[in-house]
Amino acid sequence: MTTTEPTPTTDAGPESVSGAEIVFDQVTKSYSAQGKPAVDSLSLTIPAGQIVMFVGPSGCGKTTSLKMINRLIDPTSGTITIGGKDVRSQDPDDLRRQVGYVIQGGSLFPHMTVAQNIALVPGLLRWDKKRITDRVEELLDLVGLDPVRYRDRFPRELSGGQQQRVGVARGLAADPPVILMDEPFGAVDPITRQRLQDELMSIQSELKKTIVCVTHDIDEAIKLGDRILILQEHAQIAQYDTPEAILSAPANEFVEDFVGSGSALKSLSLTRVEEVELTEWTTATVGEPVGPVLERARAARQKSVVVLDQRRRPVDWVNIRALTGETVPAPVDEARDLHQIDHRATLNDALDTMLVSAYAGVIVTGRRDQYVGVATFEAVTALITARNEAARQAQEDADEQ
Amino acid sequence: MSSDTATPAPPTDTPTAPQGERSRSSRRVSRDDLGLLLGLPALCAVLLGGWAVWRATAELDDIEARSLAWGLLVQLFGEHLLLTALSAAAVVLTAIPLGIALTRPAARRAAPAVVTVANFGQAAPAIGILILLAMWLGFGVPVAVLALSLYAFLPVLQNTIVGLQGVDQTLVEAARGMGMSRWSVLGRIELPLALPVIMAGVRTALVLAVGTAAFATFINAGGLGSVITTGLYLFRNSVLISGGLLIAVLALLVDWAGRVLELVATPKGMR
Ligand SMILES: Nc1ncnc2c1ncn2[C@@H]1O[C@H](COP(=O)(O)OP(=O)(O)O)[C@@H](O)[C@H]1O
Ligand SMILES: [Mg+2]
Repeated sequence: MTTTEPTPTTDAGPESVSGAEIVFDQVTKSYSAQGKPAVDSLSLTIPAGQIVMFVGPSGCGKTTSLKMINRLIDPTSGTITIGGKDVRSQDPDDLRRQVGYVIQGGSLFPHMTVAQNIALVPGLLRWDKKRITDRVEELLDLVGLDPVRYRDRFPRELSGGQQQRVGVARGLAADPPVILMDEPFGAVDPITRQRLQDELMSIQSELKKTIVCVTHDIDEAIKLGDRILILQEHAQIAQYDTPEAILSAPANEFVEDFVGSGSALKSLSLTRVEEVELTEWTTATVGEPVGPVLERARAARQKSVVVLDQRRRPVDWVNIRALTGETVPAPVDEARDLHQIDHRATLNDALDTMLVSAYAGVIVTGRRDQYVGVATFEAVTALITARNEAARQAQEDADEQ
Repeated sequence: MSSDTATPAPPTDTPTAPQGERSRSSRRVSRDDLGLLLGLPALCAVLLGGWAVWRATAELDDIEARSLAWGLLVQLFGEHLLLTALSAAAVVLTAIPLGIALTRPAARRAAPAVVTVANFGQAAPAIGILILLAMWLGFGVPVAVLALSLYAFLPVLQNTIVGLQGVDQTLVEAARGMGMSRWSVLGRIELPLALPVIMAGVRTALVLAVGTAAFATFINAGGLGSVITTGLYLFRNSVLISGGLLIAVLALLVDWAGRVLELVATPKGMR
């Protein structure tokens, strides 16, 4: 574990990092005078601009630790600083307006529209109307929801995944340097969860916030975390390190058990889709004449084409036999899940997604959801085989010595 | 790779409510509500119209004609409505703030005790409260309003408490976590979400008040009750029945107004 002296700046020094460092110093929280504290003398440095995942068994004090950062809970003793400033020196409401807060299911206010939900914190900060409207639009775009379609909807008119996206947008609304998330994707199905994780990674690669995210899912922690904090009862640190280090060198038996024994399989969640050799699939843009598209598909000996919108985001994956009109049509069912994944998604995700995909492959997207290529089942398994082969070789070499 | 079939996989992420046009219409009034909303005034119109035709055409003796004079009835109707409105307003202005106070952390423990006390108000017979208060404080409209308010206090208090307690606490915590002050969480989150329940209490209070206001005539506070008493004392069944009918119609109309209020109070997005 690192102990770093607090950096005295709240704002981003270098342009790329907009986050702020968070330091826990001997933080203790007791809910009652008798009995052991829920969080017992936790000391921890969360570097600016990184995602740190808090994992551990239920009741080990993850949520309590998180809520002490924005003072929803005040520690019994010890200090927490954000960007060098003691959180207890600030008015709690002011502090919270500068710390994004995202919780399970999105927790949207049902009587407010999507736009009103997102605009809440900017409104509290008294931004002017125009700026708020623009910001809402920008954020909806960022989380992959069309502002025109979704702005004025009420939460119950959204799917669980969409609600959670709005929840993330709401947490980002005032551009806070620090974002706290408590099991943000716990309430959605696995495929949607994986998409939301991808989106979070893609957003984070642009924004470089300091994100503290609680989860009970070690796979999620490995996938999202720059660092993982594994906690035991009373928020005792079992290990605090990078996912790679935790997988390759678990600090103790507790970590080993928690991470699970299938570490060959766990490396599936460490390997990113961007390492897979992607197949160049035939693409078509909505509105483009069908003729040349069919020609390109035949030349590539492919029976389907990936349809992109004007901003090169995949919107459909169609069989060429379905292309009977003059021009490439926009998808009929816009809400349909296209089974695409971000290039930083893990092989685990890729395989999961293929299981529900109509094609033996997944569309891979890059920045801002733009199309990159297609990861085929063959390519993914080839990479896994190569990896395992290399690992076996290394093991044999080691044994020989 | 094979790409012959393009059957879309089953949707994994379905909205919790129908999207688009259908939801826009479902956000409006449900069928049952609509029946009540249109049916009740229609029923009242029929009853009132039928009675008016009878009143205009029937052969009435001197006493009947005097006690059922149009001008007098309109005046009594107005008095009755005023008593109802004043006591409902008094209840709203006292019971809702009290209910809010009793759901704040500092006073939460006191809530059951206060509800028990408010229960006395309703458990005691309305006419008993009215007469006792009048003996103590004197006759007249203010005392009648006070008595009606006491009688109708409980449903509003109870519904305010229940409504506020029913607000999802994770939403309250989310709001606090976003930096909303306690007051703004109350005003912008808790009250709007509890409003439908509170308004149901207000409707109950209105209905209780409009019925009980018939007794107001005993303490010289006016209202349609006097039509009934006149009918009783002077043995005129036509007058007695007219009084009962008018009060019933007024009660139905007040109930209807309460329903409209409830509907209007339900935030969009929750209907
Ligand atoms: N408001 C509270 N009052 C009393 N005990 C609490 C409260 N919140 C949490 N606890 C206790 O503190 C411990 C840690 O809880 P929590 O931080 O919610 O754990 P986690 O999020 O890791 O599941 C648990 O034993 C829990 O029962
Ligand atoms: Mg928790």
